[in-house]
Amino acid sequence: MENKIEVRQFNFYYGDFQALIDLNVPIRANQITALIGPSGCGKSTFLRSLNRMNDTISIARAEGEVLLDGKNIYDADVDVVDLRHRVGMVFQRPNPFPQSIYNNVAFGPRVLGTAKGSSLDDVVVESLKGAALWEEVQDKLYEPAQALNPGQQQRLCIARAIAVQPEVILMDEPCSALDPVATLRVEDLMRQLSKNYTIVIVTHNMQQAARASDWTGFFWLGRLVEFGKTGDLFTNPQEELTESYITGRQG
Amino acid sequence: MTTSKAENGRNLKEAIIEGLIWFSGISAILIIALIFIFLLKEGAPAFVNVPISSLLGRRWYPIEDLFGLLPLLIGSLLVTVGAVVIAVPLGLITAVYLGEFAPTWQRELLKPLIEVLAGIPSIVLGFLGWVVLAPLVQNMGASTGLTAFTGALILAYMSLPTIISITEDALYAVPNEYRDGALAIGATQWQTIWRVVLPAARSGIVIAVMLGIGRAIGETMAVMMVTGNAANIPSWRTGLFFQPVRTMTATIAAEMGEVAQGSVHYSVLFGIGIVLFLITFAINSLATRFVSGGDGRATRRRAQL
Ligand SMILES: Nc1ncnc2c1ncn2[C@@H]1O[C@H](COP(=O)(O)OP(=O)(O)O)[C@@H](O)[C@H]1O
Ligand SMILES: [Mg+2]
Repeated sequence: MENKIEVRQFNFYYGDFQALIDLNVPIRANQITALIGPSGCGKSTFLRSLNRMNDTISIARAEGEVLLDGKNIYDADVDVVDLRHRVGMVFQRPNPFPQSIYNNVAFGPRVLGTAKGSSLDDVVVESLKGAALWEEVQDKLYEPAQALNPGQQQRLCIARAIAVQPEVILMDEPCSALDPVATLRVEDLMRQLSKNYTIVIVTHNMQQAARASDWTGFFWLGRLVEFGKTGDLFTNPQEELTESYITGRQG
Repeated sequence: MTTSKAENGRNLKEAIIEGLIWFSGISAILIIALIFIFLLKEGAPAFVNVPISSLLGRRWYPIEDLFGLLPLLIGSLLVTVGAVVIAVPLGLITAVYLGEFAPTWQRELLKPLIEVLAGIPSIVLGFLGWVVLAPLVQNMGASTGLTAFTGALILAYMSLPTIISITEDALYAVPNEYRDGALAIGATQWQTIWRVVLPAARSGIVIAVMLGIGRAIGETMAVMMVTGNAANIPSWRTGLFFQPVRTMTATIAAEMGEVAQGSVHYSVLFGIGIVLFLITFAINSLATRFVSGGDGRATRRRAQL
């Protein structure tokens, strides 16, 4: 199976503090990879390393390779803006811009200049449908995004991300601010999206990882303890640490 | 059960504090009302005794009973508009630099410095304008250095600290999550600022600009010193901004000491005060509407397509 992203010997530092240690992670194309682990173990840091969102933190420093289609995204000749266009991101707290629903989705195509006028309208509609939000908002496209409920806002953020047709979508605990019904909707959506996109999701909810992902990686104190097919990792963990973590949480 | 002593004391204290707050609020309103009533009482006769056609005249020459307000209105307008045109873009760009691009040490150094600028007494700036700016403006080819443009420069300088400081606060209040959301899609930093951060900070920016303009319209001393104070209407031909003008505020300040109380001239000066009051009021209400308009603008435009 093909690896969309291949992380090799990756180390990450906030100043003197090493947040990620010797990581080697394969991310399979068109599959859902879940990252689990206790809070503070570096899941968000890792995710943000995959589209270089950590560049905005001045004290941060990365070592090693993150190969996207075989090309290291930390190479000097990589255009970060172009990289983030290919590797989109959905955040823990829904963060729609304080603008209309339409303008939120149209934001990406507009700044990238990929669609205008009626073709922009089409992209907006398609993205909202893709994010399973169209039915709910088709009558209020020009109303403020802030008027939506949190679950709808998060799906709007997903629509905003897919409007630029990225290859990879990173999701950092996208359901932690949502109720169970909205959570299931987003999980369904992820399953659909994985046909066309490679998805990496961070979650502290192990049921969610077990339910919604194809591959699971277990992080502990900045290290990747275990990585494998989701079914195997949850039913038959190879490491004691993994076992105590997943049973401890479930029991 | 009877109420305890402590509870009685507490209730009394609450009542006193509440009364004080009520009193402060009411007295602020009362004082404003009184000022306005006084202004009306002294100024209203002007609009009765001097015909409107004459008030709209082109000549301000009180000795001959010519009370045309047009030159004064145009003088104020030129100086204020000039100041706004200079100060608003400059102020916004500076604030964006400080808030979005400057490294922390620069921001921490510059922000307080800029706020200190706001505290310079206007008479000092007027003096500076007279000594430094006026000769420069004259060297640019104007017949005199004391012009509307000179006044606009001084006023722009006076309103810049307000505009910069309040705009920077507004940018600072925009959550980083919005910036992250835009950057994560592949927007450049500049696109992020232009399309997400500035619109999100819009109401704060409008307030910054309004306070800056407010400072410019009401300013008297510095303007009086550098605009030449000739109550004439500049013509396009000779360069609209490069001739002496006289503003409404300067007129009141310069002539109030010499008029007989109760004379027509006296009431016209108060009439000018009323006009100033109305203009400021109009600008403020406009700003309030603009601010509460929220996200609607761009959206409504699209919706009409
Ligand atoms: N901007 C930052 N500056 C310094 N340390 C940070 C920063 N962000 C995260 N960390 C530290 O890095 C470690 C991993 O954090 P994070 O990636 O957010 O973990 P998780 O998402 O798994 O909860 C934590 O110890 C955290 O304190
Ligand atoms: Mg996290």
